[in-house]
Amino acid sequence: MYGWEMLSFNIHDGFLEAIVRGNRSGLLTAADYNNLCQCENLDDVKMHLTATEYGPYLQNEPSPLHTTTIVEKCTLKLVDEYKHMICQATEPLSTFLQYITYGHMIDNVVLIVTGTLHERDVNELLEKCHPLGMFDSIASLAVAQNMRELYRLDLDDMNIEIMRNTLYKAYLEDFYKFCQKLGGATAEIMCDLLSFEADRRAVNITINSIGTELTRDDRRKLYSNFGLLYPYGHEELAICEDVDQVRGVMEKYPPYQSIFAKISYGESQMLDKAFYEEEVRRLCLSFEQQFHYAVFFAYIRLREQEIRNLMWISECVAQNQKNRVHDSVVFIF
Amino acid sequence: MSTDSSSWARALVQISPYTFSAIGIAVSIGVSVLGAAWGIFITGSSLIGAAIKAPRITSKNLISVIFCEAVAIYGVIVAIILQTKLESVPSALMHHPESLRAGYAIFASGLIVGFANLVCGVCVGIIGSSCALSDAQNSSLFVKILVIEIFGSALGLFGVIVGIIMSSQATWPAKA
Repeated sequence: MYGWEMLSFNIHDGFLEAIVRGNRSGLLTAADYNNLCQCENLDDVKMHLTATEYGPYLQNEPSPLHTTTIVEKCTLKLVDEYKHMICQATEPLSTFLQYITYGHMIDNVVLIVTGTLHERDVNELLEKCHPLGMFDSIASLAVAQNMRELYRLDLDDMNIEIMRNTLYKAYLEDFYKFCQKLGGATAEIMCDLLSFEADRRAVNITINSIGTELTRDDRRKLYSNFGLLYPYGHEELAICEDVDQVRGVMEKYPPYQSIFAKISYGESQMLDKAFYEEEVRRLCLSFEQQFHYAVFFAYIRLREQEIRNLMWISECVAQNQKNRVHDSVVFIF
Repeated sequence: MSTDSSSWARALVQISPYTFSAIGIAVSIGVSVLGAAWGIFITGSSLIGAAIKAPRITSKNLISVIFCEAVAIYGVIVAIILQTKLESVPSALMHHPESLRAGYAIFASGLIVGFANLVCGVCVGIIGSSCALSDAQNSSLFVKILVIEIFGSALGLFGVIVGIIMSSQATWPAKA
């Protein structure tokens, strides 16, 4: 029952909730980003990061640094925190935490399948997998010498994208149902966040499938069956043939008006950033309420965004393209 | 008065006033302590977690735990006051109207104090938990939330005041 979870929430999850809120205060602030944007080389970036919570993970890295090292070490910190949380968690929080990683699992599976299709080395592929999405039997995906042998399928890049999106749809719908079952503030906030995620994916699927062989019905099948766009928005998105038509559909939904107001007509590159900004805003808001699980989801998502930011900043610094830093960095606070 | 030998009205009148008094006293302390313990648990679990990244909050936020503890103390005080109201009455006067009134008064007093303190303890505990979490993020919030917590802990005091006034009704018939 909504509101009553404050009586019993802390029995199992109060300690972890407080820990995750403590971790949140370690996220990089606007001041940190300003300092990072002024770095001349990657050693400067490292020096600034050593003063933050990333310090212990980076301080023993020898120069010269590479962008991949920075990203790897920052991801390692997130993975360590995640492992700490999942060790402490009891049901149903532990299931909830596992759900958060399933998105990475899907990406890893797709990565391995794509790599095997192009006959890449399995170990090389496994190294590229996101550590949060690893599972025991992942390597066995790649044992078959060719995909046709294993799946009796004629896979090409488009089929793989359809597979990714079908898996993602199943994952989001399952996660959505799980959160609804949890009830209370968790259901309210998580269903909102997941609806946004589903709508964002629907828009991305539409934009990416414009001009491909994907039929309207196939496209319609990839949209998750919940969210603000469900069901009428999906019908309209399914028949869109260019970005401006997508825009016309989305502007009927007030929460998305502001996103599309930021980008000019015919432009779709900045759309990702606009969606990320809106997502970060919504994730930050979930910390305003207490006694719910969405803070765990929000924290991990915000850290992932922070790592994406750091990767972009490091790349810009390493390639002397500092004027492009602001193209893709999403400030969290 | 009902003459039906198995009615509720008859049962309530036939129960010894001492039974009512004893239940009232037990509820007064027992339920108060339940509220206090619940509140301390809610506050404490958040406080421990939040103190990992911000150790400075621990000593300040002990005040939230003390507020919850006060709720248990109210229960103890009222239980002691209530038990001093008990007097021995000759068995002939056991069901005298005045005895019955004394029994009900102590019973009601115990219920008032017990449940007022239960919700007060839970209320202060939840605010204390929020207080610890927000103090860890921003220390200027501590005093502001402490004010809310003081108002929350006043709720228990209302129960105590009404409970004490109620128990002053408990007078037993003079020994004849």
